[in-house]
Amino acid sequence: MSVDVQDIVRRFGTTAALKGVSLSVREGEFLALLGPSGSGKTTLLRILAGLEGSDSGTVHIAGQDMTGVPARERNIGVVFQHYALFRHMTVFDNVAFGLRVRRQRPSSAEIAARVRRLLELVQVPELERRYPDQISGGQRQRVALARALAIEPRLLLLDEPFGALDALVRKEVRRWVRSLHDSLGITTILVTHDQEEAMEMADRIAVMQGGRIVQLDAVGALLRDPATAFVAGFIGEATRLPCQVRNGVAHFDPLPVLPLQVALPDGPAAAFVRPAEISVRHGAGTASVRLCRTEGEGPARLIVQAGDIMLDALANPGESFEKGESCRLSIRGSHVFAESGERAQGVPLAEVMVG
Amino acid sequence: MSGSAAALGAAPGRAAPIRAIPGFRTSLGITLLWAASIVVIPLLALLLRPLELGPLGLWESLTEPRVLAALRLSFGAAFVAALLDLPLGLLLAWAIVRLRFPGRGMLDAALDLPFALPTAVAGIALTALTAPNGWLGAPLMAVFGLKVAFTEVGVVFALMFVGLPFIARTVEPVLRDMPLDAEEAAATLGASRAQTLWRVVLPALLPTLLTGFGLAFARAVGEYGSVIFIAGNLPMITEIAPLLIVIRLEQFDYAGAAAVGLAMLALSFVVLLAINMLQRRLRRGRR
Repeated sequence: MSVDVQDIVRRFGTTAALKGVSLSVREGEFLALLGPSGSGKTTLLRILAGLEGSDSGTVHIAGQDMTGVPARERNIGVVFQHYALFRHMTVFDNVAFGLRVRRQRPSSAEIAARVRRLLELVQVPELERRYPDQISGGQRQRVALARALAIEPRLLLLDEPFGALDALVRKEVRRWVRSLHDSLGITTILVTHDQEEAMEMADRIAVMQGGRIVQLDAVGALLRDPATAFVAGFIGEATRLPCQVRNGVAHFDPLPVLPLQVALPDGPAAAFVRPAEISVRHGAGTASVRLCRTEGEGPARLIVQAGDIMLDALANPGESFEKGESCRLSIRGSHVFAESGERAQGVPLAEVMVG
Repeated sequence: MSGSAAALGAAPGRAAPIRAIPGFRTSLGITLLWAASIVVIPLLALLLRPLELGPLGLWESLTEPRVLAALRLSFGAAFVAALLDLPLGLLLAWAIVRLRFPGRGMLDAALDLPFALPTAVAGIALTALTAPNGWLGAPLMAVFGLKVAFTEVGVVFALMFVGLPFIARTVEPVLRDMPLDAEEAAATLGASRAQTLWRVVLPALLPTLLTGFGLAFARAVGEYGSVIFIAGNLPMITEIAPLLIVIRLEQFDYAGAAAVGLAMLALSFVVLLAINMLQRRLRRGRR
């Protein structure tokens, strides 16, 4: 089902958790709400689920106005951050809960068949008789998902569902959830603060900051065209370098980095430099290599100290550096944001001079 | 000496279990000593004293109709009172934890008063309140024809008064720590508020309610001060077992008094054991 959110405002006391959020999610889409904690993403999710009210604005799900519709009538599946399984019920009873509380309750044979099908689907059929405290975190997560899917939801909301899993399980469960989404086709909204998770799973990402959606785009577009300095810093592995723009040239003094040509007004600005945009060369310089790590076939990953800033960089293919070796840095190009929020592409000066 | 050396020198290749208290043997010894001197020895005396009557004498002393009636009243009224306290205590705990209303702090503080009040004072107050000419007794008599003071109803009423805080105070911290997300999950799954309470909240609280019930019941069985004023103490009708013990003591029938005490002890133990076992069943699957 499509979801259409218009100008949602939500205040808690004097602080506004959401300051006018609009969002539209297409049918069958996998959308991530990505932002640091306190950006309002969980509040937005709770408003969609009907667990929280909004002070103004509207939510339409499949074209239907959701104002005043309580959570229990929305038919939205929610997987909570800590799963919120019912501890006094077996896994079977947890999954069956949504079917048993229905006004037109299916027969118990029908419920049993559906619960087993769901447990089969989430690949834990053997856990039927266990209690939540007797199974692992990854298994609990699958059970929570099965429980949410049992009501045949028209929309699935996932609230940081992978946070409690260890890294290895997390990666696997992430791929599996995405493939499950692809086979079921349920519109899904994921709340997360982990950009890697959002980029791996979602079709589009809504980046949230301070109660607003600052950019809503596909992963590639977010990397290519970050709308604000916040997005540029939050998405991808860019390092923020403060600089001063004078006459269309960004100077990085006192950092030992060559200046960039940018079309920005004079004043302070910040460049967001990705590892691949930095070129590191052998030679005496004021920057020094702190770490050089080779990973298989690819170029070595470096951490370079320039002044008091640590930069992530990639070495040229085949090259490697000694730890502590001094080196020279130049930037191949990067997004530069002026303080006003104006954005421009920085180009190395040398290139301009040669061109 | 050799025993402790054997315990310290653990078998090779086996890690010694981690213990919460250092010096396991010493601490266990002290614990048992205290338990013995405070709990076991007095109870043992209670066990030995009635045996002076001989098995047959003991049996006769306990099967006196007056004793049986008193035991029935004590345990029956305590059970009913604890049962009636369950919904009331839950409601009070719920109000204190979940609701924000003016006077909540006062209610919270007042809840403990039955703990602090000398039971005799409570008894006199309750009697005055429920007597046929009392504030509560008069209208109840006029409207429902219900006589509270000097009847079994009065006994139950007094026992409810002393038992209520046990249930409310047992439930309160558990309710406070209960995460809201289970209730929210139930709502998103389509459960109404009533279904959520019945299927999610109450089952989660059940072991705690049972603990509170056990405490309130145990307290009510042994209650003396608040009951003797309101009960009227008619032998065979409103005479509670603890009062019968006092009466026998006043008649210098120490063995007979201890016999009633022993019977109460045995009955209480059986009830509390049953509650504990039920609780274990309810907690199955939970850590």
